[in-house]
Amino acid sequence: MLRDITIGQHFPGHSVLHRCDPRLKLVGVIAYIIVLFLASNPLGITLSLGMLVLLYGVARIPLRLILKSLKPIVPIILFTAVLNLFFISGEGEPLVQIWVLRIYREGVNYAVLMATRVVALIAGTSLLTYTTSPIVLTDAIESLLRPLQKLHFPVHELAMMMTIALRFIPTLIDETEKIMNAQKARGAKLDNGKFTERIQALIPILIPLFISAFRRADELAMAMECRCYHGGEGRTRLKVLRFGKLDVLCTLALVAMLAAILATKLLF
Amino acid sequence: MEQKSPMLQARDLRFRYDPERPDYAVDGVSLEVARGEFVAVLGANGCGKSTLAKHFNAILLPESGTVLVEGIDTRSEEHLYDIRQKAGMVFQNPDNQIVATIVEEDVAFALENLGVPTSEMRARVDEAMQLTGIYEYREKAPHKLSGGQKQRVAIAGVIAMRPDCLILDEATAMLDPRGRRAVMDTIRRLRESGITIVSITHYMEEAAQADRVLVMSHGRVVMEGTPEQVFSQTETLKGYHLDVPQAAELRDALAAAGLPLPEEVITPEACARALYELLR
Amino acid sequence: MSEIIRCEHLRYVYNPGLPDETVALNDVNFSIQEGDFVGIIGSTGSGKSTLIGHFNGLNRPTSGRILIDGRDMWSEGEDLRSFRFLVGLVFQYPEYQLFEETCARDIAFGPRNMGLEEAEIQRRVREAADFVGLAPELLERSPFELSGGQKRRVAIAGVMAMEPRILVLDEPAAGLDPEGRDTILNQIRAYHKKTGVTVVLVSHSMEDIAKYADKVLVMHRAGVAMYDTVENIFARAPELLDLGLSVPQVTQIFLRLKQMGLDIPTDVYTMPYAVKTVLKAWNARHPDRALPLERGDGHAS
Repeated sequence: MLRDITIGQHFPGHSVLHRCDPRLKLVGVIAYIIVLFLASNPLGITLSLGMLVLLYGVARIPLRLILKSLKPIVPIILFTAVLNLFFISGEGEPLVQIWVLRIYREGVNYAVLMATRVVALIAGTSLLTYTTSPIVLTDAIESLLRPLQKLHFPVHELAMMMTIALRFIPTLIDETEKIMNAQKARGAKLDNGKFTERIQALIPILIPLFISAFRRADELAMAMECRCYHGGEGRTRLKVLRFGKLDVLCTLALVAMLAAILATKLLF
Repeated sequence: MEQKSPMLQARDLRFRYDPERPDYAVDGVSLEVARGEFVAVLGANGCGKSTLAKHFNAILLPESGTVLVEGIDTRSEEHLYDIRQKAGMVFQNPDNQIVATIVEEDVAFALENLGVPTSEMRARVDEAMQLTGIYEYREKAPHKLSGGQKQRVAIAGVIAMRPDCLILDEATAMLDPRGRRAVMDTIRRLRESGITIVSITHYMEEAAQADRVLVMSHGRVVMEGTPEQVFSQTETLKGYHLDVPQAAELRDALAAAGLPLPEEVITPEACARALYELLR
Repeated sequence: MSEIIRCEHLRYVYNPGLPDETVALNDVNFSIQEGDFVGIIGSTGSGKSTLIGHFNGLNRPTSGRILIDGRDMWSEGEDLRSFRFLVGLVFQYPEYQLFEETCARDIAFGPRNMGLEEAEIQRRVREAADFVGLAPELLERSPFELSGGQKRRVAIAGVMAMEPRILVLDEPAAGLDPEGRDTILNQIRAYHKKTGVTVVLVSHSMEDIAKYADKVLVMHRAGVAMYDTVENIFARAPELLDLGLSVPQVTQIFLRLKQMGLDIPTDVYTMPYAVKTVLKAWNARHPDRALPLERGDGHAS
């Protein structure tokens, strides 16, 4: 079902990770991704996995959730791993040889390393969305991008767009399901058939969905006007992000961990 | 400012969506709504009642005639936000008027737009949520709420502006009976706190609770009076494609059978009392 | 008459195994006879929508089974899709599913999916449009140019055109003005009378259920709380109120009279019967000024 998508889902809680400044978490995840690419050695990847296990523990988020969010991209991971397996050539005897395809030890190592890195990447970014509500994340992005406002970059508009998108994703998913059911009830074949048939079968879903999205947009714009919306100028906020003591501590811990992972680079 | 000016006032208001075509959506409406009054507006689909409502909030501006909100002309652009703050509006589909992904953030939306200081905002948001009975859901995502709860979030978002008047444009049309009851209870509470209510509705039972009922047809106000007066004219109402509450229907049916009840019988309670007097 | 729908120990669980696991239906047993007009009432979340989703295979029972015309659509060798044509389902606000360029083509969508001949499709489109009172000149117009009530009727016609043996409608009158409401419900009644198709009407409006249905199924907390003829159901009005449901306004009046101490029946749910009941009570108390009863014709047949 469409609702089973867990990427981008939020799991409310009161852990340190839930409470610390979203801007820190956002910057932290970006730093983590960079470090992951810089320190792509076995020890570095192992350490980053260890760091994730620790953080998931702190956030009290069950690790099996990662498996769920990984599910949709398993084919991609497997595909790249297989490619790596065959295309990395190494010195010495190949481990296996099938026709012209040779698998070397280096290939196996690299394939495992790369697959693990993708898993670490997804688990790390998921942790951000698990512990941070989308609206807080939007606030963080708005706050981090604010300096760009001087360059006439539409920061507020961007944040408002994100908020509305987040607000309406569940509504439109529900709506899609309803429309699909309604057309299925009229005998529409949605799950099988040739590619062209499938594309055609989408029309009875997409047209009503678009019409409904436009209608909603129209009504929402009116409701926003009624509540005196006039862009970002002179706007105040109910919740203001504050970088506190906890956040300073978290920053230090994060820097220490990332530095340790990066240091493995010196060993390889 | 002028405490004497009525809450809402329309003078010979005319409006059409397409100036090329001759049919007016609102065709010469003059009316007044006093402060603290609860007015219900009835009418078949397409009678112009929603169009009229949107004029009281300066969402639409009259083609001719004037609309005043507490004496301010809705055409005066410098007072646009004053008008929208004084006369708040709630629409039919609760899903399409909630902007934020958390209840309390949505209730705060108007205050954020108005630039209310953060220190003051919290109290006003809490007050609005308590008044509409949604305080316990303040940290929930709107899409997890029922229709009635969502609609009360929308009302709270308007109430947070501390308006003098609340305009409801078929705000109960998409709700189940329980949601409708909760919204009507909220409206009753708001009215007791002195807020003027203008409610556009298809439900005769809701209109029966108002101080005054207006009936619109083809862009004009064709009937006006207390609910008792309006719902005693069953035949005229049917001519405007409307109904009467079942209590009034029974009153009429009994009168036809030779057993007249008083005309002001329009609620089940009043009907039971009148029958009790006859039959005890 | 034969059984057209039969539910046996029907159970349905949303998100089994997850923290938000919900039992939407629990041990539901009932059957509907072919040709009945059954009303389903129950508050939001009582399982009504989940139940009707089982009628045409949109939901698959977690356990128990559902038989349509004696067949189990989930058993080996059954063509699930054929049940979609056997049970026509009209969802809430069905006008939001319209997509074709003309009303005629939209109504034809179901019949076309059935693989019918063009002439047969056209016949069905015309007939269905007629049932819902759509003027032939509207059929070539875009559904998006029509009024809300007309769009709703196009959508209902789209399901009627599949000529199902069972027509299920979820709140077909929601959001319409009083006249639009009466028009649609009267058309559904006329369709039922003329075709003999089994109709299942889900509604929150007790007044509508009282006026149109012959039998009523009351859903409460994932199960069937009551299932009986409409007279017998509204005779149990206090129980309905206990379930958090409302009763028609006329019924409320008689319940109130009883509460006030008057000796009067409370199984009153239609206007003619209400009038008759009052007149009888009046005549019993004032034999000298007795009024003729013939205007009220008792219970709706």
